[in-house]
Amino acid sequence: MHPAPSIILFTTLSGLGFGLMIWMGLGFPGVTGWTAFAFAALACGLAGGGLVASTFHLRHPERALKAFSQWRSSWLSREGVLSVATLAAFAPYAAELWLYDMRLAGLGWLVAALALATVLATSMIYAQIRAVPRWHHWTTPALFVLHALAGGALLAAQTYVAALLLLALGGVQIYHWRKGDIRFREAGTTAETATGLGRMGRVRLLEPPHTGRNYLLREMVHVVGRRHAERLRLISLAAGCLLPAFLLSALPSGHLAAGIAVLLHLGGVLAGRWLFFAEAEHVVGLYYGRR
Amino acid sequence: MTSLPEKTERALGLVIDLDTCVGCHACVVACKGWNTEQYGAPLSDMDAYGAAPEGSFLNRIHTFEVTPDAGPVAVVHFPKSCLHCTDAPCVTVCPTGASYKRVEDGIVLVNESDCIGCGLCAWACPYGAREMDAAEGVMKKCTLCVDRIYNDNLPEEDRVPACVRTCPAGARHFGDLADPESAVSQLVAARDGMDLMPEQGTAPVNKYLPPRPKADQAPDGEIDVLAPLLEPVAEPGGFLGWLDRALGRL
Amino acid sequence: MGQQPRLDTSPPVTDEIRRTSCYMCACRCGINVHMKDGAVRYIEGNRDHPVNRGVLCAKGSAGIMQHLSPARLRAPLRRVGPRGSGQFEEISWDEALKTATDWLKPIRETAPEKLAFFTGRDQSQSFTSWWAQSFGTPNYAAHGGFCSVNMAAAGIYTMGGAFWEFGQPDWERTKLFMLFGVAEDHDSNPIKMGLGRLKARGAKIIGVNPVRSVYNAVADEWVGITPGTDGLFILALVHELMRAGRIDLDYLIRYTNAPFLVNCDPGSEDRGLFLRDDEGRPLVRDRATGRAVLWDTPGIRPDLANGLETGGMAYRPVFQLMAERYLDPAHAPDAVAARCGVPAARIRRIAAELARVAFEEEIVIERPWTDWKGERHAVMRGRPVSFHAMRGISAHSNGFQTCRALHMLQILLGSVETPGGFRFKPPYPKPPEAHPRPHCRTRPGTPLDGPHLGYPMSPDDLALTPEGAPARIDKAFTWENPLSAHGLMHMVISNAHAGDPYRIDTLFLYMANMAWNSSMNTAQVMRMLTDTDETGDYVIPRIIYSDAYASEMVAYADLILPDTTYLERHDCISLLDRPICEAEAAADAIRWPVVEPERPGHAGVRGFQSVLLDLGARLGLPGMVTEDGAPAFADYADYMVHHERRPGVGPLAGWRGAEGESHGRGAPNPRQIERYIENGGFWLAHIPEEAHYFKPWNRAYQDWAVKTGLVDKPAPYVFNLYVEPMRRFQRAAEGLGRHRPPEHLRDRIAQAMDPLPIWYPPFSEDAATDADYPLHALTQRPMAMYHSWGSQNAWLRQIHGRNPLYMHGRLMAEHGLEEGDWAEVTSPHGTITVPVARMDALNPHTVWTWNAIGKRKGAWALSEDAPEAREGFLLNHLIHELLPPKGDGLRWANSDPVTGQAAWYDLRVRIARADPPPEECRPVFPPVASPVGPAPRNVRRGGTE
Ligand SMILES: Nc1nc2c(c(=O)[nH]1)N[C@H]1C(S)=C(S)[C@@H](COP(=O)(O)OP(=O)(O)OC[C@H]3O[C@@H](n4cnc5c(=O)[nH]c(N)nc54)[C@H](O)[C@@H]3O)O[C@H]1N2
Ligand SMILES: Nc1nc2c(c(=O)[nH]1)N[C@H]1C(S)=C(S)[C@@H](COP(=O)(O)OP(=O)(O)OC[C@H]3O[C@@H](n4cnc5c(=O)[nH]c(N)nc54)[C@H](O)[C@@H]3O)O[C@H]1N2
Ligand code: SF4
Ligand code: SF4
Ligand code: SF4
Ligand code: SF4
Ligand code: SF4
Ligand SMILES: [Mo]
Repeated sequence: MHPAPSIILFTTLSGLGFGLMIWMGLGFPGVTGWTAFAFAALACGLAGGGLVASTFHLRHPERALKAFSQWRSSWLSREGVLSVATLAAFAPYAAELWLYDMRLAGLGWLVAALALATVLATSMIYAQIRAVPRWHHWTTPALFVLHALAGGALLAAQTYVAALLLLALGGVQIYHWRKGDIRFREAGTTAETATGLGRMGRVRLLEPPHTGRNYLLREMVHVVGRRHAERLRLISLAAGCLLPAFLLSALPSGHLAAGIAVLLHLGGVLAGRWLFFAEAEHVVGLYYGRR
Repeated sequence: MTSLPEKTERALGLVIDLDTCVGCHACVVACKGWNTEQYGAPLSDMDAYGAAPEGSFLNRIHTFEVTPDAGPVAVVHFPKSCLHCTDAPCVTVCPTGASYKRVEDGIVLVNESDCIGCGLCAWACPYGAREMDAAEGVMKKCTLCVDRIYNDNLPEEDRVPACVRTCPAGARHFGDLADPESAVSQLVAARDGMDLMPEQGTAPVNKYLPPRPKADQAPDGEIDVLAPLLEPVAEPGGFLGWLDRALGRL
Repeated sequence: MGQQPRLDTSPPVTDEIRRTSCYMCACRCGINVHMKDGAVRYIEGNRDHPVNRGVLCAKGSAGIMQHLSPARLRAPLRRVGPRGSGQFEEISWDEALKTATDWLKPIRETAPEKLAFFTGRDQSQSFTSWWAQSFGTPNYAAHGGFCSVNMAAAGIYTMGGAFWEFGQPDWERTKLFMLFGVAEDHDSNPIKMGLGRLKARGAKIIGVNPVRSVYNAVADEWVGITPGTDGLFILALVHELMRAGRIDLDYLIRYTNAPFLVNCDPGSEDRGLFLRDDEGRPLVRDRATGRAVLWDTPGIRPDLANGLETGGMAYRPVFQLMAERYLDPAHAPDAVAARCGVPAARIRRIAAELARVAFEEEIVIERPWTDWKGERHAVMRGRPVSFHAMRGISAHSNGFQTCRALHMLQILLGSVETPGGFRFKPPYPKPPEAHPRPHCRTRPGTPLDGPHLGYPMSPDDLALTPEGAPARIDKAFTWENPLSAHGLMHMVISNAHAGDPYRIDTLFLYMANMAWNSSMNTAQVMRMLTDTDETGDYVIPRIIYSDAYASEMVAYADLILPDTTYLERHDCISLLDRPICEAEAAADAIRWPVVEPERPGHAGVRGFQSVLLDLGARLGLPGMVTEDGAPAFADYADYMVHHERRPGVGPLAGWRGAEGESHGRGAPNPRQIERYIENGGFWLAHIPEEAHYFKPWNRAYQDWAVKTGLVDKPAPYVFNLYVEPMRRFQRAAEGLGRHRPPEHLRDRIAQAMDPLPIWYPPFSEDAATDADYPLHALTQRPMAMYHSWGSQNAWLRQIHGRNPLYMHGRLMAEHGLEEGDWAEVTSPHGTITVPVARMDALNPHTVWTWNAIGKRKGAWALSEDAPEAREGFLLNHLIHELLPPKGDGLRWANSDPVTGQAAWYDLRVRIARADPPPEECRPVFPPVASPVGPAPRNVRRGGTE
């Protein structure tokens, strides 16, 4: 799939933002007043910024409100509804922390639940797509949720938990890649099933339907070099999980270490997200002799 | 409108005969022409006379080579447009309800005034049957010519999709695949009609008729029982003797 | 769940439908042009039209984009830069016509042959040739010489018609259909419709083609023959059928010259000619009496098995000569299999299948008919085997004889003009005798002595000067190519440049992209067009050209007369010319301006035929001016209605007579065009049922043809298995008769003009070529693109915007090539560098590409970095109009020695990996300046931004 920067930014940033909200909802870090305001602003900024970034992907953002209507069936719609609900719940919760130094625990749990649900909904947008076998697997939600939890924990300065979660994230990430590499084969979709011509023999594209490009090729067919992908995987794993986990556990905690860990993590996750899209092969590529 | 109907009254769709399609692209261009003038926004062409022309089309013809275990390689022309799936994933993913499947005939449509151009439906479609129009920013797809098939302004015989009407080889058939008595259903039954990517679970309405077995798939040594080799004329005097007698018999 | 949106499923479609004829190609389908707010909005097929019955091909549906093309010319142009630069200024029509008149008038008054007027794939040849005849130049022809004259001429000489315009398979009844060397053909939609009908009936299709693409892809059986060897393959089928006695003897004795008696006396002056009576009528041996009698004597039983002696000479029936030749083991499947690339067992099986279907699945229609001798037949008996072929067999230097061989096979099976077989379309059948002979006598200020083109019956009919030199600039109808019935357009520029046989003054071309895809040796042709002599003048002094678009050729003209698009003019698809008839009906059609040609801000464009009439009137050409010197016709529409070729016979056959009451023959009807428009743009007259088959011999058909004005009196004839006129040329080469070919051509004529079909290797082939250039290189027509003129179409160019060279996977591996790589392709004539792609459904010694996708930078209003100009290429750079020198000091023409047809598909090449790959295809030519444009960037509804 085409790794669109707006979507990569959106999923990464909003994941971090909602992750932070989960922790804040649960009462970590236990801050109030202006510190709480700073944390809340970061969470909202990330989640909201991500959401704004995602509208860049829409060709008709002025109609975006319509996207709230189909929550019964559409994960994208659910995600929209949930993110707004999360923000709506988070706002009074954060205001109480900031202005009244008070934590409304019940509301906090609701915020955490909603934020988690939002992240889950985001992940399901991809995981539900059967036509992209690499995504259509439980590791996709696991990855997104762990990313939110770990990143959130990192931002929430929950050093110990964050380190553990980062390691878990790394583990799931590796499994997602390894599994992902064979998902296409497992899905059983081939040029033969795509054309129904398998009973006649092996199928190979002779002539594409058009020599010009089209939307499908631009959007759905993206080829990443193997070496390039391998390098990026290493970077993503190291920067996104291992190094921050190491920094957190080995170095004395402090703003500098945390800051470096967060930035490394962000960079690693962005690389991972880029791969998440770029490596995902859509079955439509089979009709174009590419996958 | 993103939920799929439990059941549609009819299941209108196309049956495409891969044994007959000569790959002429007539249906592609007829579709482009009709749908540029009718349903929704016109189908645009970007950089139309330049280095990288890119337009929206709702129907495209691919050409595949098929290599059997033995015998010569075959070539198959392969038209592809929306298959109007019964379990259409493109519909259920749509956040706005712009994508929907009609209850009365099962046609899958995009209500362009509701479409935000998110592109998710195109991702969800395994067949590549949806293309976002680059100029208008809305999702385009085959409408099964919903604005032709019921259109009172057209003569009765023209109330078929533009691609079907134009196909010179008669490789495209239109009808109700929910009705086992319909001509298309009969054709599917007789010719072993098939689904594309059944494993994707989309339950397409459109069916494909596979190419008939090729006569050249039989090794050359093996002779068709119906076509025994020609024996030389056996009469005395050889060919001229035979000729003389044969003329006498006339 | 919400409510489903309410949808108007019955929206208004159009304001008005205007019905005319398509001209996105030469197939001439009927179209419904949908108009909204006065503009063209949608084009679909006309269901009533005999050619396409409602269907339309990709090009036809894309007509709107051709009509709205940014490459449309807008005004007459006068060259201001050097030739080939593309620099022009727009001028007024008055100025343009005055310039042309000033150039042409002195030529006509002094030496009319100094005008060479050649037209491309227009559909008004009966008109343009009439104009040229009236002007008085012998130098006129259309494009058939580089297209398919082998097929046409072989068909006419053998049986009075060939495929496409002349005839068609009996699609409704045929059970076994064999297709030779066709990618798309002119009969685009009818062939597809026909194949569709065969498929629906489950009839069998065999495709004979080195490439298994398009129609061959749907064939039930594919014969991947080696190019240039079809003749061998066909003669091996003949061998098998004859050997087994599986031929239709009754048919042969009734309807062919198989029983005609050939002089076989080695000492006779007349050897090889038919035994004739005092009035020159051929004789046959009657089996009952053993005596020679007139071939058409009622009640006789002509003999095929026995000859006779008379006047001291031995005569043998044609059929005996055939048996002798084709039963020879040299024609056995085993002898030809390797060369053809088709296993012998396969050839035998196909022969057996032909025989089985022809003779065991015979069909009978209960429909009595009467033959020309008066014999009544109770039924129509048919052999449901049919064939179709085109340039794959004709565009070779052995093409004429190969086409003859195929017709001979059809005839031996008794499947021509019988149910289930091949059927003629009116005005065919029309044997060679019924066509004119070529004419070439010029006198200043006077029309030519007769029609330019025709069918020579003997060396007397050649177009030679009294000194024996070629009379025509293209050297048609000379000993180099005696039966060049369509002229040799591909030789005009090189001959004019060489001043051989003489210099000309003005080259006048219409609708042919001769500076690009229709020329062999394209780079050289561009040079010839721009070459100057010692004095700095152009070697070809003046070039006038009519095109509708900014093609490559435009840049090479001095004066451009811009034509309209096909939706903006009157045209006439006439029975005098290349009509749209069907096997069961005569039909003709028109085009009419469904929109006016508007080019706001420019001088505008005019229909070329109207311009030609205007020019004719200014030149005072007979027929084009009234007695007082005024123009005889207001425009082409006026001509279509009022011109009469013979009394009562004009360009359009329908609704003649003052009230439109008569058809075929009748006085001009001033409202004729309106009647055509009311009827959907065409006219159709059904042939009576009794006359549907056996047309050459069917009394009902012959009478109908006379009544309809196709012929003036019944003219039954027999098929020429043995073409006696060819023998007359062969004799000349043997030193017999009045005219003798030049010494160096004798052997070639003696071989090529064999009166019975033969096969010889294409001229490009010999042991050296086989070693140095082991591959055959072909082009094919893409179905969704028409030569060069489709690339300006925003829709079609997305389908075919570049073209790779397709080659077998094994060949790629051998040369270390992978998909996406580039290769150098070298012929004896030059090298090009092109992208490659893999195709395994291919004769392994063959490579091919789509024809005419490559474009010159700057042409067609495309951007200079368009894929057509960078990754599209022409094979034409590798094809020379002359063969490489062979040591005899001569350079033989790369064409068929009988007809002069360009041998496009004789091309031999070798390939090598291009390392490093180039940026774009080579050779690269500098861009031409565009006389139009710039084109809009993006296009939405109606061709606008
Ligand atoms: N869409 C479209 N239609 C067209 C045209 C166009 O440009 N586009 N052009 C029109 C014109 S001008 C013409 S002349 C006709 C030509 O129509 P076709 O005769 O169909 O012409 P080609 O495309 O030249 O195809 C020749 C075929 O012969 C095969 N061939 C080559 N050599 C041999 C051989 O030795 N033996 C056999 N058996 N096959 C061989 C080639 O592989 C190819 O398939 O098409 C007309 N119709
Ligand atoms: N390598 C290779 N070369 C070939 C062939 C091949 O098989 N292989 N085939 C050969 C054959 S058979 C043919 S017929 C030729 C065809 O080659 P051409 O006869 O050159 O055909 P086109 O390129 O279609 O264009 C002719 C010109 O007509 C112009 N034109 C289009 N419409 C109109 C109109 O309405 N009015 C006027 N006045 N002009 C118009 C176009 O703009 C174009 O410049 O190519 C030949 N060249
Ligand atoms: S083919 Fe694709 S667009 Fe059409 S209904 Fe099925 S999933 Fe949806
Ligand atoms: S692009 Fe339009 S139709 Fe497709 S999912 Fe998005 S809103 Fe729905
Ligand atoms: S049914 Fe209509 S919209 Fe669909 S492919 Fe055919 S012409 Fe196009
Ligand atoms: S129009 Fe018919 S034959 Fe041509 S590509 Fe389409 S389906 Fe195939
Ligand atoms: S075959 Fe196509 S382009 Fe040619 S006349 Fe017919 S519709 Fe037009
Ligand atoms: Mo041609």
